[in-house]
Amino acid sequence: MAPVGRTLLIVALLIGVYGIVASLHGARSASREWVDSGRRAIYALAGVTTVAWVILEAAFLRNDFSFNVVAAHSSTTTPTFYKLAAPWSSQEGSLLLWVWLMSLWSSLILFLTRRRVREIAPYATAILCAFGVFFTSLAAFFANPFGTTSHPPAEGAGLDPLLLHPSMMIHPPMLYSGYTLLAVPFAFAAGALITGRLRSEWISVSRRFALAAWLFLGVGIVLGARWSYTELGWGGYWAWDPVENAALMPWLCTTAFIHSIMIQEKRGMLKVWNVSLVLASGTLAILGTFLVRSGILDSIHAFGASTLGVPFVGLLAVMIIGSIGLVVSRRDRLRSEARLDSLLSREAVFLLQNLVLVAMVFVIFWITFFPLISQAITGTKVSVGPPAFRPFIVPLALVLVALAGIGPIIAWRRVTAVNLRRNFLAPVGVGIVTAVVLAVRGEAGKPFALAMFALGAFVLATVAQELWRGVGARRAMTREAAPVALLRLIRRNRRRYGGYIVHAGIAVLLIGVAASSSFQHSRDVILSPGGSVNLAGYRITYVRPTAAATAAKLSFGAVLDVTRGGRHVATLRTSRGFYPSQDPSLGVIGRFFNGEADSDVGLKAGLTRDIWTVVNPDLGPLAPYISRGDRVFAQELPPAMQRLRGLSPRQAQAALAPLWALRDRAIVDIAQRFVSHPWPVDFLLIVDPLVVWIWIGAIIVAAGGLIALWPVPTLARRRERVTARRRSPVPGATPAPGATPSPAPSPSATAASAVREPV
Amino acid sequence: MPSAEARPAVGRRSGHGYRRPGKGHVGKSGRVDPSRKRAIRLTVALTAALILASALVYVSFSAGRDEVTAGQLLRIARPGSSYILAGTVLDGSVRHDGTALLFRVRDPKLKVSVPVRYTGVVPDPFRAGRGVLVTVHEAAAPGAAFIGEANSLTTKCPSKYQAAAASY
Repeated sequence: MAPVGRTLLIVALLIGVYGIVASLHGARSASREWVDSGRRAIYALAGVTTVAWVILEAAFLRNDFSFNVVAAHSSTTTPTFYKLAAPWSSQEGSLLLWVWLMSLWSSLILFLTRRRVREIAPYATAILCAFGVFFTSLAAFFANPFGTTSHPPAEGAGLDPLLLHPSMMIHPPMLYSGYTLLAVPFAFAAGALITGRLRSEWISVSRRFALAAWLFLGVGIVLGARWSYTELGWGGYWAWDPVENAALMPWLCTTAFIHSIMIQEKRGMLKVWNVSLVLASGTLAILGTFLVRSGILDSIHAFGASTLGVPFVGLLAVMIIGSIGLVVSRRDRLRSEARLDSLLSREAVFLLQNLVLVAMVFVIFWITFFPLISQAITGTKVSVGPPAFRPFIVPLALVLVALAGIGPIIAWRRVTAVNLRRNFLAPVGVGIVTAVVLAVRGEAGKPFALAMFALGAFVLATVAQELWRGVGARRAMTREAAPVALLRLIRRNRRRYGGYIVHAGIAVLLIGVAASSSFQHSRDVILSPGGSVNLAGYRITYVRPTAAATAAKLSFGAVLDVTRGGRHVATLRTSRGFYPSQDPSLGVIGRFFNGEADSDVGLKAGLTRDIWTVVNPDLGPLAPYISRGDRVFAQELPPAMQRLRGLSPRQAQAALAPLWALRDRAIVDIAQRFVSHPWPVDFLLIVDPLVVWIWIGAIIVAAGGLIALWPVPTLARRRERVTARRRSPVPGATPAPGATPSPAPSPSATAASAVREPV
Repeated sequence: MPSAEARPAVGRRSGHGYRRPGKGHVGKSGRVDPSRKRAIRLTVALTAALILASALVYVSFSAGRDEVTAGQLLRIARPGSSYILAGTVLDGSVRHDGTALLFRVRDPKLKVSVPVRYTGVVPDPFRAGRGVLVTVHEAAAPGAAFIGEANSLTTKCPSKYQAAAASY
């Protein structure tokens, strides 16, 4: 099947090239047939890459070690669940995944827009095909997932133990989905710039894909954070690792875009911002893909240095230069249709939000790439650690949270005293009360954390206020029960209320981040069995050691008891596993104790705090026994191997069975010494407040995003288009000088209208 | 930085109460000339961006640490300075001393290695032969191992895993 796979890659490449040519020819000659043919090329690309993907997965599932990538990343003992995930643990498989996902999303949007945006679609198709050609070329010529060997090994190398985690199944596909979805609005924005069709039509077709990209990328980032939190040495849930930053940057940029487009839709403003943001998001997605593969920056995530860096740099250069050129050349057509009437307006808040988010992206980009920047300037690679982010990101995050609360309730065009009083009094009051209460409780020592708690409370209060008013208005009309009114209110305007729910989730998430990063207690301590240590009011006692030996790994661990005020709180179990190495120099016994390791953390999560622990057992005391076992087998094994001459493989296996049984017995006996003759071991203990609210906040954000993304029923969509047409600004119309524009009604005042028709 | 309004309004008009620039921009109605407003906003935004960029550059160069190999560290190490040591863990050099981890980091190109005494989180992938980054500074005692700063050890994730349950 490998030759079939290789052929499919070449076919996909040719289809992609054809798609570019057909689409561009169709656009230039105004030929619908050629344009449709270009679109069908994307469908064909999706079909071909789907078959290629199935071939690769099937090779993993049937342990076909003639495939190099299967031999390097899987084994007969790898659980089936992880065999399915193993393809994207490799450079080769992940490239194919990128093409496959991108072709699927591209097919979807081109199908949905087959009768719309007829001028823009051919150029967007050509750009999407170009992405497909690029990644297929990399897979076909640089990192081929269908490369084979004529002498397949009897057993594969297996998956890295660190990747044997359930998150491996979902975290990478979510991130890749986010990255690939960003190609869609990028392509349509570029197509709009090329054709000069810069009214809202390109936004209306690509907005959902941008939102979907934002959602997938966000979920992927949080899943990675959760995974990192439960692994030792990955820096907790966030370590400002370059690969983590590479996913965060496009997510922040897309966040700015999905907010900013509302201003263009409502008032025809921020057009330059919107095209720039979406082009930047797409470029940053490619940059993130490049970072992981090139090895140019030191990261715990990187695949390692490869030759793929140069093609990616070329692609990035084309995207950046092309984007800048297009925006500059079309700047006349990107003029705003209205002016900013007041700094105290929703438009101004959204503009400020854009500035803050772009500033965050710039800070993250600069610090992440600083080793390369400094090397280019001074000749020396200079690294700036994670603490450098804090002075910039924390204040910017505080401003962002404040804007998340202000934005939904401030009036369009110009705020009035009545609007201020009506919409801000209660939420600001809640924020101030929260700050005062926490300050009185003694949290004033951490002013940034205190500010985040107060602003988070402010945001939650604004969301609650809007929901309360909306439900109240609806109930006044329909006499529905409150839960029913709430559900129908959300259903009627998914975009607005989904956005409110997202804001609430972000507030909760950042409250968790502020608490856990500001009030964490940790200790690195050596304990003997029975020994105890105090941490953050808890007494943690090392009860007993544990040891286990299976065919897959050896585990050395501990059971700890956690009490508070004499009352039992939790029992924690932590261990460190050692996987056997294939290095023969380590000895028959030694290779079972000196292979790859992974830690199972002991975690007791709770609504108010997490108690986290990991053990780091020093196996030095076992070294004499391991060495003795290696010496014994070094004497016994060669004559035993001599006696196998002339025997069939089955007979040889039966002949060696007693020796392997002896080996296994020795390993178990040595491992059990960790329990029978325990020695002091090293524990890392952490008490972290409110961590669980990070995950709860993320779930709320995801739910809000799904609600906002959910398709609106057809009848409501038709009504929405009629309403939008009635409300869209007349091009070129600006208020006369000196005239005071009447402020638009506040969002909550339109809640009642939301009962009758969606906004 | 793109601005909210692409085309500034003309500020000079006769008969509409606008004064020439430089003599105030307040019209008869008491409102500031919109083009002047936009100029002020743009100036404020650019100033803020400049301050942010300057702060970023300053923090980067002042708080940054040189990334060095073992050979470079032995040449340039100065007391009071810390460096990010990059290299490979020397085979057979790893041992524990209480909570401290002792190992040597070798230069990938030269036959030289430096001893490191490290306390803190040891990542799971850490072992002899692996690429690592650790922030170190010179020990007080001459000739003693470099001191690895707590929780600064990073191990590169290997691209291939070479272990299996196969027997001989």
